[in-house]
Amino acid sequence: MAQDSGTRTLISHAQLRRGRGRVVYWTLLAVVVVGFTLVFLGPLYWMVTGALKSGQEIAQTPPSLFPKDPQLQNYADAWNNLDLAKLLFNTFYYAAGALLFQLVLDTAAAYALSKLRPAFGNLILGLMLATLMIPAMVLIVPQYVTVIDLPILHINLLDSPLAIWLPAVANAFNIFLLKRFFDSIPEELMAAALMDGATPLRTLWSIILPMSRPILGVVSIFAVTAVWKDFLWPKLVMPSPETRTVSVGIYAFSGGTPMNVVIAASVIAAIPTVIVFLIFQRNIMSGLTTGSLKG
Amino acid sequence: MAITTVPGTRREPGRPASPYPAGPQRTSLGRKVRDNLTGHAFLIGAVICFGFFSWYPMIRGVVMSFQRTRRGVTTWVGWDNYDRIIGDPSFWAAWKNTFYFTVLALVLGYAVPFFVAILLNEFRHAQGYLRILVYLPVMLPPASALFLFKFYGYDPSDAGLFNSILKALHLPTSQWMQSPEMTMPAMVIASTWMNMGGAVLIYLAALQNIPGELYEAAELDGAGIWRRIRNVTIPQTRLILALLAMLQIVATMQFFIEPLILANGTGAEDSATSVAYLIYQHGFFQNDLNGAAALGVIMLVVLAGFSAVYVRLSSKQD
Repeated sequence: MAQDSGTRTLISHAQLRRGRGRVVYWTLLAVVVVGFTLVFLGPLYWMVTGALKSGQEIAQTPPSLFPKDPQLQNYADAWNNLDLAKLLFNTFYYAAGALLFQLVLDTAAAYALSKLRPAFGNLILGLMLATLMIPAMVLIVPQYVTVIDLPILHINLLDSPLAIWLPAVANAFNIFLLKRFFDSIPEELMAAALMDGATPLRTLWSIILPMSRPILGVVSIFAVTAVWKDFLWPKLVMPSPETRTVSVGIYAFSGGTPMNVVIAASVIAAIPTVIVFLIFQRNIMSGLTTGSLKG
Repeated sequence: MAITTVPGTRREPGRPASPYPAGPQRTSLGRKVRDNLTGHAFLIGAVICFGFFSWYPMIRGVVMSFQRTRRGVTTWVGWDNYDRIIGDPSFWAAWKNTFYFTVLALVLGYAVPFFVAILLNEFRHAQGYLRILVYLPVMLPPASALFLFKFYGYDPSDAGLFNSILKALHLPTSQWMQSPEMTMPAMVIASTWMNMGGAVLIYLAALQNIPGELYEAAELDGAGIWRRIRNVTIPQTRLILALLAMLQIVATMQFFIEPLILANGTGAEDSATSVAYLIYQHGFFQNDLNGAAALGVIMLVVLAGFSAVYVRLSSKQD
């Protein structure tokens, strides 16, 4: 993989291909590959197989590497007792909505801040970026109070997906990433589009967005994982069992459920994101690494 | 700094050289207004969301911290909420834990990803595989990962994963979450494992934007590997390093789910209670939203003070 021999890094290629450099390189590579596999994949293996063990087997010393008598029942119990299908659907629904809202509203905002530059644009950008410095925990109480009784409109958003979707749009980091990427798109293209009589919307749709696929991929992954990983906010604004996310649901059941069943549920909860990641990993990696347009 | 050994670094190759090409300057006022309106139309959705869910709650939080709502009646109570929250027996323990966690997480979760990224960037093989591995835990729901650590990893008996490894290496085993001394390091290990992938990928992207000629030039000038890291890699990634350090501190100061799941909130002898957990406890268990808001404001002030010092220090280094 990654045979991009054109770029030079800390240590030159030539040095790595010759004699001692080569030995060091391959030894280090082997150590890192084995080490990383153990550190990052090992716990996941332990999780998947641990959930297949019986209560007795998991408590034995030393622990067994393979489950002696795989208990698929743990997974079945997790699926049925926790109603994981419902929990997973909820989480998907919230994540997909948040993604859609962010792609539309944040892209539009970043485009305006980068290319259209209306009056007070920099002030608005500054106010947005300032929120990066505000810890989410500081806002959690007033945000909760706001969601219960939205100012002006006086709507209660508890148990409504909007309580997750709309705050997700207020994501200064994604706007910053998008804006920075749009900044790197040559102004000449904008000028050319303007000359051809394209409206700002048309320019965004036909010129900016197609060129921005890498960064859109990155932002999408961030948007989806943010919702998927969030715990406290969905716990607060989705109080009913029917609207819970999968993490909150597992937590709610963790007290009165056997340990291995909780782990089995945790495995199932992790499968969708892992699959999504494995499918789209190329997008996010290339998006983050090719970086500039010129590349 | 020792930039002098590397000629031409000051050019900042990442930045486009040309300024914004002179736009249509002869436009009429009407045209200008229309352009502005279009711009704001694109902005409005995000601005509304920021307004409702970021900017307004910020002000509301400060206001709430000076009020008390009882049975639907809100009154101004001055500093009462602050007095009450500071008087909470867990208040100082929570701050101590939060600082301890932040420092430990900074040592582990900030330096390690940077060097992992430098290492990965040198590999011409298996880089894709290694990147997937590092990022994999980031994709897990934190609750899932933490249950794994809680039930399997930090099992205080000899059957636990970490204790088995320690035993196999003939090292003393630990009580992990049951021991007040190990609670914090255990939470930091779990947190770093879960979160470092994002930082590694961002560093990698930054590293790959460093022009190869800089290393070439440094090497020609006789700079060894460490000097090249110090004089090329770090200066070239300084902005992203500074930004991520800031973000990481803001993020770790709010650690919440680790104590909630690993330590059932407070841990043994308040060894796990974090400020964020205390906010949660006051706001949503003790029915004291105003006290929780006050603690939020205190947290904000501490972080702002910290940021100011940080910015001062990092700008002085130049």
